[in-house]
Amino acid sequence: MSNVAITSQPRGDGILARLSDALWRRPTLFLVLLLAPPALWLGIIYLGSLFALLAQSFFSIDEFSGLINYEFTLKTYRELFIPANLDIIIRTTLMATCVTLGAAVLAFPIAYYAARYARGKWKALFYLGVMLPLWSSYLVKVYAWKLILAKEGILNWIFEVLHLTWALEAYLAIPLIGGNSLSVSYSGTFLVFLYVWLPFMVLPMQASLERVSASYLEASADLGAKPLQTFRLVLLPLALPGIIAGSIFTFSLTLGDYIIPQIVGSSRLFIGQAVYTHQGTAGNIPLAAAFTVVPVVIMGFYLWMAKRQGAFDAL
Amino acid sequence: MTRIVTGLGTALLASAMFVQATQAEKLTSLGAGEGQVNIVAWPGYIERGETDPKFDWVTGFEKKTSCKVQIKTANTSDEMVALMNEGGFDLVTASGDASLRLIAGKRVQPVNTDLIPSWNTVDDRLKSAPWHTVNGEHYGVPYMWGPNVLMYNTEVFKEPPTSWNVVFEEMTLPDGKSNKGRVQAYDGPIHVADAANYLMKHKPELGIKSPYELNAEQYAAALDMLRGQRKLVSRYWHDAFIQMDDFTNEGVVASGSWPFQVNILKSKGAPIASVIPEEGATGWADTTMMHSEAENPNCAYMWMEHTLSSNLMSDLSVWFGANPGVPAACTDGRGMQTAEGCTTNGMDDFEKIRFWTTPVSKCATQNNECVPYYRWVSDYIGVIGGR
Repeated sequence: MSNVAITSQPRGDGILARLSDALWRRPTLFLVLLLAPPALWLGIIYLGSLFALLAQSFFSIDEFSGLINYEFTLKTYRELFIPANLDIIIRTTLMATCVTLGAAVLAFPIAYYAARYARGKWKALFYLGVMLPLWSSYLVKVYAWKLILAKEGILNWIFEVLHLTWALEAYLAIPLIGGNSLSVSYSGTFLVFLYVWLPFMVLPMQASLERVSASYLEASADLGAKPLQTFRLVLLPLALPGIIAGSIFTFSLTLGDYIIPQIVGSSRLFIGQAVYTHQGTAGNIPLAAAFTVVPVVIMGFYLWMAKRQGAFDAL
Repeated sequence: MTRIVTGLGTALLASAMFVQATQAEKLTSLGAGEGQVNIVAWPGYIERGETDPKFDWVTGFEKKTSCKVQIKTANTSDEMVALMNEGGFDLVTASGDASLRLIAGKRVQPVNTDLIPSWNTVDDRLKSAPWHTVNGEHYGVPYMWGPNVLMYNTEVFKEPPTSWNVVFEEMTLPDGKSNKGRVQAYDGPIHVADAANYLMKHKPELGIKSPYELNAEQYAAALDMLRGQRKLVSRYWHDAFIQMDDFTNEGVVASGSWPFQVNILKSKGAPIASVIPEEGATGWADTTMMHSEAENPNCAYMWMEHTLSSNLMSDLSVWFGANPGVPAACTDGRGMQTAEGCTTNGMDDFEKIRFWTTPVSKCATQNNECVPYYRWVSDYIGVIGGR
């Protein structure tokens, strides 16, 4: 009875029903409608602002009034290569490299343990431990670190209690990485960067390690490989996509950050701060735009290198 | 990076809107308020009783005029110029190193003093000050002024330091330890003028007449001074609150600063005091200036009158440790400030202070061969970076 009732019902009387029929008959239209909003978002908001930025970098600034000359020029790009600006670029790239390497070294054992040994509640604890820092405000964490690293802060106090102040002082006396206290040295900036971006390295690494079957490692050992050889020739290549994915996060996030080096560090500018200073403070949008192109170029180069190294082959 | 990209995107949209800048006509009469006024101000300059209920000079104005006051704070003069260039604001409390740039860039309009009944109460020393008066036109109403004082820790300095050399030259402080890593300097290019001010007294052979008018040789000497200072300074101060934190947690004992930080640290019981050393000091004199395309001109004029006639300057003088642009605010009991308080803030030291001015290449004292401000900006970034 009920079957008859359904089939005998007149079709397509409601607007929704007609619409649904139309979409079913034309799957391409359905696909277009589905993809249009994200495509528009990506095209207009993201690429649009990126191209607007690129365009800005070819303008220049009137040095007294701070107003922009809307004429094509490469003058702004030339300014990137004066020693003070070149310093900023090199400093930032070096810091990003160190942070990435540090994060990779620190994250590997954590991720390896989580992927291979942690089970049940330990696994839950691992996820919680890695994700927890991401839940609290970024600024709160950075200010907390400023207090931890300060000359009269917790870390110095611990060193004092352990009678190790001499070791810290010897470390801080090293030129370049040292300074008056950890909170005004590159080491301090490095530590905070490492802390803040570490989860972005651990999670992709853990995901990739989980996909490496334990039998590969056993096979390698059965064939006579020493643990170090197994690590170097089997585990590392197979985990590489995860490491590269994580390094893309840590590297690009460090390249662009402008808050950490302002709060913890020696006042020497990083690219993000240079962009912020020139854009927000000095009103020199062309130079800020040119500075923003730098990490884009560096990241492009980085991805190209990663591809050549075969990092994306397993994707 | 996305943050920066989108941030720049919005900045671009904003900047596209002001391409056509035209000289605005002065208002000739006032109408009803528009319901709001948007002000770019220094931190701590416009208080509505939220930080401390005793200090409120906004609520009364809002009740009286129905103009809602919206504030955007800026930490440096360059930031103020940038915000005004973006547009969308009616007023700015511009210091002398921003005001001339704003006038040259046609970002602010001349003010019709006839529409401000209390104009004649303004300090005669400020009425036609060169940082807001161009060709006889007033581009704003004097607000507050004050010195960039030398803030110091009284546990280290039993006697107030007499010279700025404690922040410029490596030396042993009264507590027997070096000043290395224990002093700070301002993270703004205008700090070059503090070095020049110091050299003016200690190297008279350079022939510096004004710390804002430096020829190539004098400028190079000032930069050398600052390079030496870089070795002493671990972190330059940019944000007033981070500086206060550095004085309490980072072992910093002396730095150029504003009376604002000194007063707050003192009120928290920190061993802090301030002094104007023998070389004199640089200082700021701020002017309330009106955007050339202000959307709320009537409320803006009402606010300017309010700054001159209400409790604002008197209470702000106590709060910020600055001096009012209207001398009567010190004495007539309209707010909390007293004549003694104004003397403490340096009301009588007007002559000792060299007010922030934008350095330009055409300068009177050095045959029009001065180093302009944009060089100060890029070179100071270099100095901080160790160049």
